[in-house]
Formats: sequence, structure tokens, C-alpha cells
Amino acid sequence: MSEQAKTPLVEVRDLKEYFNINTGWFRTKPLKAVDGVSFSINRGETLGLVGESGCGKTTVGRTLLHLYKPTGGEIFYEGKPVKTKAQIQEFRKKATMVFQDPYSSLNPRMTVADIIGEPLDVHKLYSSRQERQDRILELMGYVGLNSEHAARYAHEFSGGQRQRIGIARALAVNPDFIVCDEPVSALDVSIQAQVINMFDELQEKLGLTYLFIAHDLLVVRHISDRIAVMYLGRMVELAPAGEIYDHPLHPYSQSLLSAVPVPDPKVARANKRIVLTGDIPSPLNAPSGCPFRTRCRYATDACAESMPEFKEVSKDHFVACHRVKEIN
Amino acid sequence: MALLEVKDLRTSFFTDAGEVKAVNGISFQLDRGKVLGIVGESGSGKSVTAYSIMQILAGTGKIVGGSVKLDGQELVGAGEKVMKTVRGNKISIIFQDPMTSLNPTYTIGHQLVEAIVLHTDRDRKQAWDRAVEMLRLVNVNEPERRMKQYPFEFSGGMRQRVMIAMALACEPDILIADEPTTALDVTIQAQILELMQQLQKELGMAIIMITHDLGVVAQLCDEVIVMYAGSICEQGTADEIFYNPKHEYTKGLMRSIPTADTAGTRLQPITGTPIDLLNMPEGCPFAPRCDAAMKICIHQRAERMEINADHAAACWMNVKQAVEDGKIIPAAKEEGGDPA
Repeated sequence: MSEQAKTPLVEVRDLKEYFNINTGWFRTKPLKAVDGVSFSINRGETLGLVGESGCGKTTVGRTLLHLYKPTGGEIFYEGKPVKTKAQIQEFRKKATMVFQDPYSSLNPRMTVADIIGEPLDVHKLYSSRQERQDRILELMGYVGLNSEHAARYAHEFSGGQRQRIGIARALAVNPDFIVCDEPVSALDVSIQAQVINMFDELQEKLGLTYLFIAHDLLVVRHISDRIAVMYLGRMVELAPAGEIYDHPLHPYSQSLLSAVPVPDPKVARANKRIVLTGDIPSPLNAPSGCPFRTRCRYATDACAESMPEFKEVSKDHFVACHRVKEIN
Repeated sequence: MALLEVKDLRTSFFTDAGEVKAVNGISFQLDRGKVLGIVGESGSGKSVTAYSIMQILAGTGKIVGGSVKLDGQELVGAGEKVMKTVRGNKISIIFQDPMTSLNPTYTIGHQLVEAIVLHTDRDRKQAWDRAVEMLRLVNVNEPERRMKQYPFEFSGGMRQRVMIAMALACEPDILIADEPTTALDVTIQAQILELMQQLQKELGMAIIMITHDLGVVAQLCDEVIVMYAGSICEQGTADEIFYNPKHEYTKGLMRSIPTADTAGTRLQPITGTPIDLLNMPEGCPFAPRCDAAMKICIHQRAERMEINADHAAACWMNVKQAVEDGKIIPAAKEEGGDPA
């Protein structure tokens, strides 16, 4: 673990992704979906990424894989930059993605075998048809599908099984790193647990590293080693999973965590929720200074003036808040 | 007398592939001012139960048996005329998706006024005032200005507030909430749940809360019904269901939720896939996925059995337990037992 543990597997520095939105004839305005996010993920680790819809968590995952061209910032894989076309092509053999919606992410006109085999075709990872077929069956075995499922089409499967197909496809190139974009949020509770366990098992068996994007905080806590909280395109807190749940420091993380409905009536009745007022502001008109200040109960005039720095307040615990010392 | 009494309700959808028994003989009661939670996975029949009570089933759906009594008045077979006086006035419903339940081409005010004029004898002027008052009640800022806006100018949480305002405008006795917060973010969900809790206390109505989220149930509900494949497996007070589950499905559900204590360990999922409602087994519908299934579970459905005054479940394990405890003397032909 010595050499490898020192260089993070994936590192992102000041990642920016702006989308140009038409605001009138020939006028556009940048929508800052991700605005200066930095983090690193170590080999074998799971980083959970949470936040509300529109906070940019999915965009981080997609930009990281160069599915969107980054507006700014750098991405490193095993310490090497990922920038040129050749580097991206090489990177995509090592980093893949599992999508949120198991219904729209599988081509309805392809058989399961072809869906799983497509990455093998793209990257030319086999020398004979037999080898391709064997690899597909091996991948299906990993995710608990039978060989008889190979010739069927996606519509013949339930949501949980479809997500298994999506995972097998992500595993096809034998990746080290998988971006999981809300992989269980479309599934029922009983099926969700099966798929979460599968992610755990695959990680152990294949030594995978995950960026696990989700809005369900109970799921994220279960699966992650470290958790990052995003708000309006920025990271507001990053800490080990237990730490962030027991001692959240950013006021947004605090209210987010207190808002999670706990499946335990006695705890739920006693729970003092910090209910936020108002809605998440539009990223087109983000507030000046700290993006959270409009909904923050601790906000002062100073919060409107400058963007708080994302800094380490205790070991491995990063927070972006001007008043973190005073309010905790 | 209970406010709402549902007895052996059966609703089927007649599709080209055959009859789908979406709700298959369910019974429950709802008292005034109580919050009843109905939980289950997709396809368990929880929404169809609500639509059956309101009689707003889609084309191929039909109530094929049972009774729904509101304040002693039978609703099944009562006809559209009666139902029109019930819907909105006595029972209101809010839906999962606040994005699609409002008409995008009319202002919020127009839609609220329309609902109020239709259900009460207020004129448009009075209805407008009432609508403003309702928006204020659900914590919409500047209601007078907001009345003139269109749904696209509202965020998801705000639209759900409008839906709640519309549902409550005629002071219904029962509010049915069909996954009201599923489409919303956690912090907005907390706002809406808080609002519903507060309104329920202020107005004293009964709520039927349909959800798949056990966290929401724990927070809001007095009583809980757990549904699987169109039937009730277990019903009782929230405390009984959460701390003393007596159906294998409920136990499995509770085990499969990630909590603070499960980090770093494996979850214990329910194995298998949800049942195909077109090919229902003759026995317990959960038996194919149940780890504790016995021979009898595969052949015969368990009857509902009282565990105590606040709790009932339909699971053979309880019968087995009762026989072992000597509470039931088995008939000459042994039925329970026999682990398979």
C-alpha cells in the first residue's frame, strides 16, 4: 500500500463546468453548475457525494469522466493528467459509470449480451468471439445474472435486475474506478439493499474505487468512507463518514442531516429538525459571497461579501464557512 | 364509529394479459384526527387503495368487491353523483408529482378558485379571498402576488404547498397524501412534512399517508399498514410495527434499511424480485422471497391474526408460535409447523 496509497487514484483540482444558457436573442449567461471543486479519492475508497437536486453533484461525476468538457480545472488519474484525447481514451478504460435510471440507460433494441459487450467492442478488448462471450458471461456472473439472461432484452427485467446489467456493463473494461450516479434511488427498499451489498462485494473482490453520488443520506453513510456535501456548485464540507454524521460543522450539512427522516418512531418524535426556510437559489443568480447565506440561520453581513475558503478545520475535515469556529 | 371503514376491498385491472388483482381484499379503519401510514413497494397496491377510496381509477381498473364506508355511508356503488360530493369536500387527495398535477396554462389563483367554487357555495370573490387565506396557511409568501403567477414560476416544494392548499380549501375530513414528498429534496421534504403535521393538529383532519419511506412513516404516523402484492401483511400502531414486527416481510424491510449501525457491514436484503401480479401464487404472496417460508405458506394464505389489541399480522409464523405456546390447540389435521 505504500507507494500507491500516497498518490490518490483520482484527483480533481478546481473543477469548473459552466453551461451557457440562452437568456434572450443572441445573449447567453453561464450557469455555473460546478464552480471550483477539488477533492481526491484514494485507491479502494468510496467517496460519497451528497446534495440536493441542482447542486451539481451529477455534473461533477460526468465532468470527471470527460462526458462534459470541463470549463476549467484539472483531473489527474494516478497522478497523471487527463486532458488530451489519447489520455481521455486511456482513462475511460479505467474509469466507468453506472447511471441513475435503469430504464433509460439501457438500449431497448440490444440484447443484454450486446449491452454488456459494447464497451469490449469499443475498446477492442478481445481477440475472438469466444473470448468476448466468455467475458460477458463472467461479468453477468459477477452481478448475479444467469447465462440464460444473455439473449434477452432489457424490458424483460425488473428495475433491480436492469441496474445489475448497467453495473456489469460498467465492469466490462475491468475498471479501477466507477462513478455511481444515484444507482439505487430508482429502486425499492428491498431491492436497494441487494444492489448496495453488490457494490460492497464487488469492491472487495475487484478492488474498486467509487465516487458514489446520491441524495439518500442513509445509503451514502452506509457505503462511504468519506462524504462530501455540495451546495450550489460548490463543496461545503468534506469529512470521514462517521465524523460528518456525528459532528457536521457546516450549517447546511447540519440541516441536511437533521432533515433525514429516521425510520424509528421514538427517535423521529424526539428529533429536533433544523428546517431550512426557502428554496435553493437558482445557480443563474447565485447569491454573492457564501452561496448558502440566503438560507443560513447564522448568516451575517460578512457572509455576503466574500466566498468562504474551503479549509481543513480538523484532521481530514474540510469546511467552507466563515463562521465555522463561532457557531460550533 | 370510525370515520372511514374499508372492508374486504378488491380492485382489479382488466388488461389484455389478464386480470391484475392490484388490491386483493383489504380492510382497515381510520378514526377522526389520526394519521394512518400505508407502506409498501411499487406495485403493492398502496396507491390503488387510495384511488379506489376516491373512485378515480384509470380506465381498466374496477372495484370488484368490498365496501368503503365514510361516516357510515356506503361509497362503493353509490354512483358518480354521490362521489362528487365526497371528492374534495370530505376526502381530498394530493399526488406525488406536484409538477404534473397543476395545469401549466392557468394561474395558481385560477386553479385554486376553480376548486373552491366547485365544492362550496362561495362566489368567485369570496373564493379568491379563501384561496389567499389558504396560501397563507401553507406558508406561501406574498400570497396575493403568487395567486397571479403560473405553476412554472413555483419551485417543487411551493407547488406541493399549493396542492395542499387546494386539498384543504374545503376542510375535508380526510386528506390522502400519495407519496407527497417523494419528488422533493430532503430539506424541502422536511418543510412539507412539518407543514402537514402542523396543519393536521390545527385542523384536526385524518390523514392517509401513502409512502415507501419508512422514515416518513416513523415521523408522521399513528398507525401503519404494510402492504405486499395487494394484501395487508401487517397493521398496527407505529411503535408496534417498528419495534415488534410480526410479519416476515416487515421484518425483512426493517433489516434492509441502512442505518447508523450498518456502516461497514453488509445489509440483510430481502432476496428475490417483487412478485408478478399476473401470476399470483396460491399461498402467501411473500413466500417465494421469504427465508422462513414453510410448506403451508406455499399452499395456503395465512389469515389475519391479532397479536394484541394494537397489532395484527397475516403470517403463518405467528400461528406456529401460538401453537408452540399452547395458545391455539391445532385441529385434528395439523396445519402449522413443518419447516420446509
